[in-house]
Amino acid sequence: MNLVELQKKLIAAARANVPGDQVPYAFEKRITALLASRVAAENMNLWVRGLWRAAVSCVAITLLLGAWAVLNNPATTTTATDDFSKNFESTLLASVDQNDQSQ
Amino acid sequence: MERTEAELIAAVLKGDAESFEPLVQKYSPRVFATARRYARRESEVEDIAQEVWLKAFSKLHSFRGEAPFEHWLMRMTVRTCYDFLRGHQRNRESSFSELSEPENDWLERFVTQPETAPHNADAARLLVGRVLEKLSPPARLVITLLEIEDRSVKEIAELTGWSVPLVKVRAFRARGEMRKILAKMASEKYL
Repeated sequence: MNLVELQKKLIAAARANVPGDQVPYAFEKRITALLASRVAAENMNLWVRGLWRAAVSCVAITLLLGAWAVLNNPATTTTATDDFSKNFESTLLASVDQNDQSQ
Repeated sequence: MERTEAELIAAVLKGDAESFEPLVQKYSPRVFATARRYARRESEVEDIAQEVWLKAFSKLHSFRGEAPFEHWLMRMTVRTCYDFLRGHQRNRESSFSELSEPENDWLERFVTQPETAPHNADAARLLVGRVLEKLSPPARLVITLLEIEDRSVKEIAELTGWSVPLVKVRAFRARGEMRKILAKMASEKYL
């Protein structure tokens, strides 16, 4: 069999067979609808991505502040709290103390 | 008043997706005709065309308007068809023993009287379709563009994104690959 000749014949057959250019009905409408839904989904994704980033930053800040609060010197914190409660108590009961002293 | 292509593209880039529709309507016949060269089933052809348009929409910002929109779109179509070929290599291993009767008759006729076997017969078209399906994706693409669509090496380089020397090398290999497939077919049928 002459393979070169066969190759030529088959290539000629392929050349003679020009594919059709028909487009399915309302193909462009389908593409437009698909694109519209994709655009909407992309906008949604942008929001979701932004909100996730914000949530992650909030969690990070909370953790940092929590760690700072826990690791902060507890003795100083307690003294300050005690001082505050004592001051608060004496201020609140100042009028009663004054009455006691005057009597 | 009908808007020009440049106006439609500018509108799409500003966020008006509806302006893309006239472009799809105008160029879909070319996209479908190209896709039909590489995919046999109509559902696959539609998938390729859809993929082309979705890619065109998402990459429209990269269209600089220096060349016609059609050229840019055809490059995208050819590259999408090539991706399709690389993803669908299922028929490459099938045997030639499953040839239909008309295909066998055409081959018999070619063996006995090569000059009388018509190249425009349906059997010859089916046979060449089978041979093309057995080629590797780059070989099929280059044979289709160079031999069947009669494009120049430079045009193929622009369409595929390959360099001119690479197109030449692939064309040389593709012809050899096709000859090997034909030799295999001949040996399966007549030895």
